[in-house]
Parts: sequence; structure tokens; C-alpha cells
Amino acid sequence: MDVLFEEWRQIVDGFWETIQLLVISGLIATVVGTMLAAMRVAPVRMMNAIGTSYVNVFRNTPLVVLFILVLFGLPELDIQYTYFEKSVIALSVYTAAFVCEAVRSGINTVAAGQAEAARSIGMTFTQTLGRVVLPQAFRAVVPPLASVYIALAKNTSVAAGFGITEATATLSALLNNDPQAAFALFMGIALGYVLIVAVISTGSHLLERRWAVSR
Amino acid sequence: MGGVTMSSVLFDVPGPRARARHRLIGAITALVLLAGLALAIWRLYENNQFEYEKWEPFVTPAIVQDLWSGLLVTLQIAVVSIVFANIFGMLFAVGRLSDHWLISWPCFVVVEFFRAVPVLMMVFFLSIKYASEIGKFWVIVIPLILYNGSVLAEVFRAGILAVPKGQLEAGSSIGLRKYQLMTIILIPQAVTAMLPAIISQCVVALKDSALAFVIPFDEIVSVGNDIRNEFHNSFATAIVLAVVFIVINYSLSRLAIWVERRVARRGRTALKNAPVVPGAGVGDQ
Repeated sequence: MDVLFEEWRQIVDGFWETIQLLVISGLIATVVGTMLAAMRVAPVRMMNAIGTSYVNVFRNTPLVVLFILVLFGLPELDIQYTYFEKSVIALSVYTAAFVCEAVRSGINTVAAGQAEAARSIGMTFTQTLGRVVLPQAFRAVVPPLASVYIALAKNTSVAAGFGITEATATLSALLNNDPQAAFALFMGIALGYVLIVAVISTGSHLLERRWAVSR
Repeated sequence: MGGVTMSSVLFDVPGPRARARHRLIGAITALVLLAGLALAIWRLYENNQFEYEKWEPFVTPAIVQDLWSGLLVTLQIAVVSIVFANIFGMLFAVGRLSDHWLISWPCFVVVEFFRAVPVLMMVFFLSIKYASEIGKFWVIVIPLILYNGSVLAEVFRAGILAVPKGQLEAGSSIGLRKYQLMTIILIPQAVTAMLPAIISQCVVALKDSALAFVIPFDEIVSVGNDIRNEFHNSFATAIVLAVVFIVINYSLSRLAIWVERRVARRGRTALKNAPVVPGAGVGDQ
């Protein structure tokens, strides 16, 4: 147990890195994923195809392979970023595919009459989607989006395999230093992740209750 | 499914002018995309990413053989993990639904814990602490069983809870015991309804098997890692690995959708809103 108190500074630093990866990638993935979902329901067939291909490609690629591609492929495109920035790119690109699916499932839960009403007063596709459908879809989409963010919180650990010293890398380093305290270290850091997951799911429950409208 | 779907009511049936506009937007999108791709390909070409040397390993029989056996190990990891994960999931789903809190509470804690902890963390822990005792295969497989099993436990629980109440009442009225209700009535229906979700979980297990590269083990991503370290062809290797995974996982996703439709046709949709499996490769297409 003592090891957790002795090394608390390192553990807190690790989780700070994890939280940065989570928040930045989460925000980018949400924006990109929502745009992809809009493309998938747009009237232009080319955009449908791009949205669908994106989802099929990135949902079916292991995150590790995507990390290899982004970390070592981007420099070949003469794009130079730090490892942290490239980790954010890999996580965002991957998570956006799941956000897209969650938002699209939300779009499908909005009653068809809402979109028909919007169209009947002359709204265009962009207006119908942006002003009528998406605001309602986001309410229905809170629980599945929370699952996506929880998955993202855990996926940030993959960056540990590529030289980012976030929480899981911290665990690995501390384990190598002090194999005797392995169990305490594992439980201590696991509880950190449990806490992050608990915060996300509590937040989603609160939002869900707040946004619940009587229809 | 029939009926009005959202995507068909979001916009009016385009007239001639709207169709022309859509074609224009489509053409511009395609042009922008192609320009981006062309730029990327040109830069990759400039940086010698397309020279034969970088791709030669993937047509060299010995290396292709290594990749093939790596793929078999990957599949083996996924299959073993999913088989045990199903058993784990079933036990813990039933446990969580138990009337005795002494059983249901520990099951709840275990399931929630392993759903919240990253697989990679468990892999590090096992590989540093127990690798010599259990072997590298189990260092990757045990975390996959615990994680996928916990996700499947929730899937099964939702499936069991979704079986209509009347079924239970009918069973009780002919005098079945609790375990008989569970094994004869609830579980068979839950499993059929959850079959697509189980297949989706295979996609997750296949993708997560890649985490074994930190140990490293003999599965395909570790093999790929060796190749890219030896030939300095990270880009080519990543593309090859990605294509292999996309082909397998996409086929599995299609299979899951096909099974889902068949199950629905047989009127066994115990679940209208299947729980969202985070990270699963399947959505309604």
C-alpha cells in the first residue's frame, strides 16, 4: 500500500496525462463524429459513401495499428507533430467512427413527424438537421455517447505502448521498479480508471435526467 | 424494417434543380477528397514509401508465412477469449440477477470493475507479475476474457430481463423451479436474441488481441512490429495489418447483421434496443 503514497506524484501526473488525452480527443471526436453522422444522412450520395467508408474502415481497425499508422505514417507525409499530438489524432480518428454511429442512432430515434414538420414549413436539409433533429437527437444519444467516452478513457491506455507516460505507462514503470507491490499498484491505478468511468456515467445519468422531456 | 426511416424524411425528394445541385456538391466533395489523396500519395512517393523494398517483405514467402501463422494465433486468441468470455458472462449475468445479495453484489462489483479497467493495464500487470507461470498466451487471453466477459454479462443480463414477463409466469404456473426457469426458458431466448451482440464482441476481441504487441507475443501485430523494425517500413506494415483486420472484421460485422435479420424474422427479438457495446464493430447499416 505504501508504494501508492510514495509514488503519488508520478501517479497523479500519469492520470493528468490520461485526462488530457481523454478530454482533447473526446472533443475532437465528437465534432468530427457528428459531422460524419450528418454526412451519412445527407442527400448527396457521395457524402453518404464517404461517411460509411470512414466508419467501416476505422471501426474495424485495431487502435494499435492506427497508432502505428499515425505515429510513423504522418512523418512520411511531412507532417511533424509531437507524440502526444499524434496520440490525440489516432484516438480522435478512431473514436469519431463510434461517435458517428451513436449520433446516427440518435437521429433515428427522433420522431419522423418532427423532420416532416420542419420540411413542411420550408426548412432546408441543413436547417432541418441542425435546428430540429440534432438538438433532439443529442438527448437520446447521451447514454450511448457516454459508453463511447468510457471506451475512449480506457483506450487512452494504448498510448502507453507508444511512449506516452499516462496512467497505464506509469503502472508499468512502477511495476518494473517494485514487483513486490504489484497488487497494490494495480488496484490503486485501476481505482483511478474506475473513478474516471464513474464520473462519466454519473454525468451522463444527470444529463439524461435533466434533458429528459415529456413527449 | 420498413416504415419511415429518419434519413428518408430529412429532405424532400429532390427535383431536377436539387439533383443538379447535389451532383455538383458530390463532384466537389469527390474532387477535394481526390486532391487530398493525391497530395498524400505524392508526399509518400517523395519519401520513398512506395519503393519496392518497403513492400518486398509482403511478397516474400517466408515473411508471408510468418504473417499467416501470426494471423492464426490472433484468431486463436480471439476464439479462446470469446468462448471463455461467454461462460464468464453467462455466470455473472445470472449471478447479478440472483435474489441473494451475497451472490448478486460481488457479481456486480466484478463486472463493473473489469468493464472500467483498460485491457492493456491487465496485460502489463500479468506480463510483469505472472508471465513465467502462465505463459504469454494467457497473459493476453485472461484480460480479454475478463473484459469481454464483463461486457457480455451485461448483454446477457439485458437479454434475460427483456424476455416477456408472461414467459416466467407461465413457467412458474406449471411448477418450474427458479433454476429451471433460468435454464429452460430465459437463457435459451436471451442467447438467441443476443447472438448478434456476441458476434460483435468477437470483433472487439480480435482488435484487442493487437494489445499483445506490448508483451510481445506471436500474433499478427507483434509479427508486423518485428517486420517494421527490421525493414523500416512502418507505413507499409500498418497498411497491410489494417487491411487484414478490416477484411476479417467487416465480414464478421456483415455476419452479425445477417444473423440479426434472421433472428428478427423468426420473431425472437427479445431485445428491441440492444445495449450499446462500446467498441463493437457492428451497427445497423
